[in-house]
Formats: sequence, structure tokens, C-alpha cells
Amino acid sequence: MNNTTRSILLAGVGGQGIIRASDILSLAMIEAGYDVRKSEVHGMAQRGGCVTSHVRYGKKVYSPMAKKGDVDILVSFEKLETLRYLDYLKPDGKVIINDEEIYPPSVNLGDVQYPNNIIELIAGHFSNPKVISASEMASRAGNHKTSNSAILGALSLYLDIQMNFWESVLRNAFSEKILEANLKAFNFGRNA
Amino acid sequence: MYAAQTIPQIDAEIAEKGHFWMETKYQEGNRIKNMKELMSGNEAIARGAYEYGVTFASAYPGTPSTEITEVFSRYDGVYAEWSPNEKVALEVGIGAALAGAKAMVVMKHVGVNVAADPLFTVSYTGTNGGLVIITADDPSLHSSQNEQDNRNYARFAKIPMLEPADSQEAKDYIKSAFEISERFDTPVFLRATTRVSHSKSVVALEDPIQREDTTSIRHNRDKYVMVPAKARIRRVEVEKRMEKLGEFVDTFPENRIEMNDPDVGIITAGMCYNYTKDVFPQYSYLKLGMVYPIPVNLIREFASKVKKIYVVEELDPFLEEQIKAMGIEVTGKKIFPYTGEFDPGVVETAITGSSPNTFNFPVSIPPRPPNLCPGCPHRGLFYVLGKLGVFVTGDIGCYTLAFMKPLEGLDSCICMGASIGMAHGMSRALKDKGKGKIVGVIGDSTFIHSGITSLLNTVYNQSNAVIVIADNSTTAMTGMQDHPATGITLQGKKTKELDFTALASVLGIENVRVTDPFDLKETEAVMKEELGRDGPSLVISKGPCALLQSKQHEKIIPLRINPDKCTGCKLCLRLGCPAISWKRLEDIDVTIQKKTKKQKGIAVIDSSLCNGCGLCDQLCNFEAIEEAQGNE
Repeated sequence: MNNTTRSILLAGVGGQGIIRASDILSLAMIEAGYDVRKSEVHGMAQRGGCVTSHVRYGKKVYSPMAKKGDVDILVSFEKLETLRYLDYLKPDGKVIINDEEIYPPSVNLGDVQYPNNIIELIAGHFSNPKVISASEMASRAGNHKTSNSAILGALSLYLDIQMNFWESVLRNAFSEKILEANLKAFNFGRNA
Repeated sequence: MYAAQTIPQIDAEIAEKGHFWMETKYQEGNRIKNMKELMSGNEAIARGAYEYGVTFASAYPGTPSTEITEVFSRYDGVYAEWSPNEKVALEVGIGAALAGAKAMVVMKHVGVNVAADPLFTVSYTGTNGGLVIITADDPSLHSSQNEQDNRNYARFAKIPMLEPADSQEAKDYIKSAFEISERFDTPVFLRATTRVSHSKSVVALEDPIQREDTTSIRHNRDKYVMVPAKARIRRVEVEKRMEKLGEFVDTFPENRIEMNDPDVGIITAGMCYNYTKDVFPQYSYLKLGMVYPIPVNLIREFASKVKKIYVVEELDPFLEEQIKAMGIEVTGKKIFPYTGEFDPGVVETAITGSSPNTFNFPVSIPPRPPNLCPGCPHRGLFYVLGKLGVFVTGDIGCYTLAFMKPLEGLDSCICMGASIGMAHGMSRALKDKGKGKIVGVIGDSTFIHSGITSLLNTVYNQSNAVIVIADNSTTAMTGMQDHPATGITLQGKKTKELDFTALASVLGIENVRVTDPFDLKETEAVMKEELGRDGPSLVISKGPCALLQSKQHEKIIPLRINPDKCTGCKLCLRLGCPAISWKRLEDIDVTIQKKTKKQKGIAVIDSSLCNGCGLCDQLCNFEAIEEAQGNE
């Protein structure tokens, strides 16, 4: 392993399970042998505001925050939030987008329009953005709160973490009652 | 393939055996010794205190410090409490330390302002046992009203301060802080910042030290009674202590030199060390674990070994000014920002002078500010206050968000408890012009924190301000902590419940009303009546936090908007509920009969977000809002 630190940025809206997902991601990386540091902000920002979580991994990691223009994979839980954090992505970085729209207050009030060509805009500048429909996968898995597991599944394809590490972390992360649905959603995401 | 290009391969050895700490975990079965865990800085501070044998903690919740006390309170054999405010918390901690305990007092940066009075004098008395004050600062104001740099308190109150850079150090430094406190008979600060408190990194766990009970009653009036004659003597002791600490810091192992390229030396502390190390691993470092007092000899030694020195610190030039005062030339705030938190990019840009090559779309992105939750009890209250057009002095809590569009029901926010004093002051200054126009709104937890004395003042000095306690039965903003009016302690014990109505009546308020913020008509009527009165009155707007409702598994019946009845008048949108949105007619799949010629769209409720509070139903003049049925 060389001494390069890699960065993943998870972005979305408060309540989408972003911090939980980034915790699971970090633990899977630790299981796989990486040093991991992650960072997010709690508190006031939780109330329906933007939520981001930086996850950085490598042989030895110093900063838990990535700098702009240096993120390898941007995982966006909400379409609009993808645009907000694109400046963190490397020019040849990967974008994973959950095809979900959550309107901010100004859009709800009808003051401004929700941009309708987000995916096309991104595809024009970054090669092959991966677009998934996590809420559809979650409902197929039988629990609408498993969207974040589906997104993790989609992300897992781009990471060098063996499936058994993911499984052991997922099994520890969820109670018996919701584990099966989360595993299903993860696999739907991984096979999307 | 993408993955192969950008993702590093794992060492073959690690891939085969797993990481070193996992090995330990498997070999030693369930034994916790030598195990490693991914922990936030806050969790690590709590863990470190527990491992060191700290058994006492007092705090008031405040982002980013809250989880320290919550996590600590769940360890075996410890006492931990939410005190009503930070001043009380510190006084509680001082009492415990004077009784010989190891006591930890936890607060956010602005909490230290509240606790400043006892703080400056406990520096004189010393501590007998161990006393560590944790200040969690918030550069960039992620969840605060200012971004003061609390390192200044260390110098101001002559109290040593440690500052960890990551979770492992957070766990180690809380132990060092107690060692220093007991060795030098001094309170000690541990300063975290939001990024240390809320980032996670790997921490090695150790077994807790088993300690004998060292508490006892020890009279020492010369040391603890700070009347002038005695305080003058202790004042001299403080200077002697600072001198001894000054010698100690030069040998303190957490102040360390990492020699590398001698052309550039970095002097830094806390999270800034990681940011700088990330972008400039080749430079030499003096990494300070203790930021006050600074290690004078070590700094001179480092300065003699490197050619150019940068001081990397967020907020104030705290280290820079002290180092410059030593006659050493360094570069700091000349190139680094005074405001906001840093990240590796900020440090890199400041030192190299060039910004990273980032990509920005030429599209405007609608902002996404935090918002009151669907079903929030504050929404109804502030809708009414906005409608009445009164001046609302606000306070610290979720409800501060009501200043935004479309509610626009709150006009000021200064600090915890300010609403009541300000409402009184405005009302007295405006005399008759202010009658019926000034309302102070304060949350239940905030009222207990620092509103009670101000409420007494409105009675004592008689003003016409109407004070509203927005009582949602929890400390919501920081994550649902209990307080004296919930009747439950931090450690889950039932206790005496504070009764706001009884309290107000004892204080001498004659007009006390209780209203339901989920009933708009009632709330408006009560507010109008109280605004019309002479003399102070108190309205208790009582409705549980929406998050508390879901925690208590109350049955939620979501609502929907009948598109055939909605006339597109947009009245319901004025509640600013995240569940209600506007759809233009051209964006709707099904055809809708226009109710008026001018109709441009309809309002839509997202049933998955709606918690059925019914405020929008009360506003709708067209009976368009109904219960969502079946598989909506």
C-alpha cells in the first residue's frame, strides 16, 4: 500500500442516514485493513439542512477532511446536493447519484425552480456518473429506511473491500429485525 | 476500470491477516485490553476520563460538546449530571474537586462565558482533587452564535490548556489534564474544536484504572475563602504556579519536535496539525499538545533548527503573538485567515499562494438552510407571532430558525437567556410606543438555563413585555437532552419536575397562560389578550417536540391535499413546512380543473414527511386538506 490518502465525500439532506452510512463505510474499510478518519458536522445542520461526511482512508491518514478538488468519489444521496459539492471532486473523480429530489424551502415556496437537468449537466463534465434509484430499491427490500444501504451497495462496487468485510460490518450495524432488509437493499445497490 | 486506477490495493500481508488490532481482538477473545475502535473525539474524551478513574461529570448540553457527557454518563460507577447551566456545572465540579474527586466539567465555547465568574477565582483556590474543564470551540460557527477563541481564557484566567488533534490524543490528553491538575493543584482546560469533537479516528482502548475512594471533607479556609486578604495571598501563588508550569511544559512529551526538511518549520496544535501534515508531510514540525503556557525553550530550540517558520492556527494569533513576543520571526495571520475553520486546502493555499483547481457549474444552486421539522410545535407559535407583526426578541434553540422566510417570526438572537431581558429593556425604552408590540420567546431548557432571573426582573421592574416559553419538553437542538422540567436526570432517574406555572406565580407574575401551539386560533387569541394587558405576562406555549413524538411512538396520521379542491392560494405554504411544496400546473401529470382563472398550480403534501400536526388544515379555507389514506 503506498502512502496515498483517498477521499470519499457523502452528501445529502439531514434525515437520509448519511452519517450512519459513512460510519458503516468507515468500519468496512478498517476491517479491510485501512487507517480511516472521517468527519461531519452535527447539531443545527441536522434539521433538514445539508449534511456531508468526509471519509478518508489509506495506510496512515492525517486530516479527516478532504480539500476541494481532491475527492475520489462523491456519493450524493440527493440530486441537488451533488451540484453543491462537485467542487470537491477530482477532475477524473467518480460520481454516484441517488435519483431523489428533496426540495429546499425556496423551491417549496415556488420562489425558484429545482434544476431539471442535473444528471445531464454532470454527465457533460464527469465521465459515466452512476445513477441509482435507492428509494425504489429500499421499497423492494421491504423497508423504505434502507435507501442508505442501497447507496452503500452501489458504492461498494468501486472500492477494494471484499464482500465478507461488508457483510460482517452490516451484520453488526443493524438489529435482527431490520438486518435482512438492509442486506437486500445493499445487494440491490451492488448489482444495479 | 475506474476502481483499479484510483483505489490503492491493500497490502498483501494485511489482506491475509487483517489489521494488527483485529488480530489482537481475535486472539484475546472478549478482552477489551489493546482493542482498537473508531471513535469521535467526544467519545474518546469520555472514554479517557473513564479509563483514568474519573467518576464525576457536570455539564450543560451544547454543540459540539454534548456527547462527551452523554457517553461518560453510561459508564459503570460514574456520576454525571446535566446542570441547569454552565456556571452551575462548574460550581458543582469545583465542589466535587474540593471534596477530593476527579471532576470533569463540560461545555461549549460560549458556555465558558456563562461559567467565567467561578472560573477566574477557582484559578486562585486550586482544586485539591482533579478539575478539568472541557471547552468545545466552534470555528466556522457550525452551530453557534459566535466563534470566540477560548484559548484566550487560558491566558486570561491563568489556567493551563491542552489541545488534542485527534481521537487518540483526546483520550490521552484528558488523562494528562487530570495529572497536571492534581500535580499542580490547578484547574486545567482541555480545548477541542468541532472537527476534533465530531471527527472519528482509531483509538486504542485500555482497561480502566481501579482507584480507591479519595473523597473526604478537608477544611482549608485560607485556601478556599476568597475574601480580599486571603485572595491576595493566593494571587501570588497563581504566579508561582505559572512559573512551575512554564518549566514543566518544556519537558511535557506531548510538545514534540518532528524534524524533517529544515528549510520550513511549522508550529501548530490541534486539528491544524493534521491539515498541515496532510499537504506538507515533508516539513519539520513543532506540534504543541499544550497551548498554554507555551514551551519557551522548546520553541527556541526548534527556531534554531529551521530556516522559515509558519504558525498554523485557526481564529486568533494566540501562539503567533506569544512567539513573536519572544523575538522570533514567524509568519502567521499575514497569510492565514482570522475567521472560519481551516482544512488542508486552506493551509495549502495560504502557504503556496495558489488555489486548488476546482470545478464549478455556472448554475445557481438553491440554498438548503436547516428548517423546523414537520410537526414542530414552534411552527404554529411563530406563524401567529409573524402574523401579529410584533417585535420578537428570540433566544437560542431550534426556534431561532423561525427568523427565516416564510415565518419571519423572530427578530433577535444574542445568547442563552437574552430574549427576556431584551424584551423588558425594549418595552421600558419604548414606553407607550412599545405597548402590545414586544414579545420575548425562550425555549424551556433555555429558560431554565438563564431566563428565570430575567423573568423576575420583568416583575420587579414592571414592563409590558409578553414572555413566551416555547415549551417542547426537551432540549431539542442538541439532541433531546432532559432538563429540570422533564423530571428525568441525565442518568435516567425520575426526579422532581419543575412546574413553570407555579414558578411564575411565585415570582409574582399575575397573568400566566398555557396554550397549545398546534391550535392557531387559540394561540392567536391568547397572544392578543396578553399583549393588550398592562404589566408583564407569561404564556407557556406547550407542545412536544416532533422528534419526541416519534420517540414516544405516537400514532401519526399523515395528511394530503385534494388536488380537486386546492385553489393554489399558497396560504399553507406560509407555514414553511418541509412536507408542503408547490407544483406548477404544467408540471403535474394529471389534468386539474382550474378553480380560478389565475390559478397557476397546487400545493402538495409529501405524506412520507407529514406528521399530521394539522396546522395547514386549520389555515386552508377550501377544505382541501384531508387524511391520507391507504397506500398514499
